[in-house]
Amino acid sequence: MSRTNDSGRRDFLKKAAAATTVTVAPGVVLHSLTAQAEPRTTPVTDKVRWGMLIDTSKCAEGCTDCVEACDRENGIDLVNKPEGADDALWERQRPHWIRQVKLKDNMTGRITVLPMMCQHCEFPPCVDVCPTGASFKRADGIVMVDRHICIGCRYCMMACPYKARSFIHADVAEKLTHAPRGKGCVEACNLCVHRLDNGQTTTACQEACKQQAIVFGDLNDPESPVSKALKQYPSVQIRDDLKLNTGVRYTNI
Amino acid sequence: MTGKRSITLSAILVSGLIFGSGALVAGEAVEGTAKADKLESCVEPTDVMRRRHFEFIKHQRDLTVRQGIRGSKHSLAGCVDCHARHDAQGKPVPVDAEGQFCAACHDYVAVHIDCFSCHSTVPGGK
Repeated sequence: MSRTNDSGRRDFLKKAAAATTVTVAPGVVLHSLTAQAEPRTTPVTDKVRWGMLIDTSKCAEGCTDCVEACDRENGIDLVNKPEGADDALWERQRPHWIRQVKLKDNMTGRITVLPMMCQHCEFPPCVDVCPTGASFKRADGIVMVDRHICIGCRYCMMACPYKARSFIHADVAEKLTHAPRGKGCVEACNLCVHRLDNGQTTTACQEACKQQAIVFGDLNDPESPVSKALKQYPSVQIRDDLKLNTGVRYTNI
Repeated sequence: MTGKRSITLSAILVSGLIFGSGALVAGEAVEGTAKADKLESCVEPTDVMRRRHFEFIKHQRDLTVRQGIRGSKHSLAGCVDCHARHDAQGKPVPVDAEGQFCAACHDYVAVHIDCFSCHSTVPGGK
């Protein structure tokens, strides 16, 4: 084990060295680095905290680009209605990593549409209530379910103020290699963790949004686009009264 | 080499014994079409793999889920990628199909593996 770790560290240092030489060259932007990035060999650390800022004023009613991209990326579109299941029940219970939420101000009649997913709280209630430790927060701030030890009790679903989690009620025939999924476990948005672990720095929803309503990045890096945007624009955490310090924030609600 | 080859061979023999010769059902699978069929040994020596493969992937799953370490040599995705055979049309045959790499031994000893109720059984996705 320690041997594996050492070689991992060596690889990391080698790559880090290579990366530095690239950045030294003039005019090279972050994107060219991420394109050649490889799967990570070292544990994630809390130096990074992933998060996003969503500009709801750019969200058009009826647009489902981010939801569809998420479904494709994470194999959610491969989950079919169980045979004989009631249509209405299926609509209520089918897995969603992003929900579209419509808000209406009854006084003014103003309508706001926004994508609602796991908010990747710093103090996640789902982790508090999980009896097995399956619901956990990774060092880099991503709140996830370890399905190997999830017993499907759904306490986390009840605890989540954002209704972000889904339960898989039946066997799933087809699944993607990077998105395992099976009957009896809870799941939710993981900020496309497979992409991040393989060196990419985008999420499927962010990439799919033609309006560029979603800015994703490292909240701990003051130079990241998301940190700059958060500094520049007024933003809110939904249910900030719960003091969860969410990683996903919204503007123009 | 022989380790690999003999494991496959014995798996085939075993399933042959159990199911009768015609019953290598996933039968469309063509021998020699898995990447592993062409390799000398697995990611560890064959005797080590036989004895400890479950420890390797169990340890790896925690590193991957909790620490984000991917692409390591003990990943289950790696098992599937390398050990899945293809049928005559080049379509991958699930590793947990009757007589295939994972199922052959596990069926024989009646060990129920739960990997594939969630994980993909063919390389690269669906």
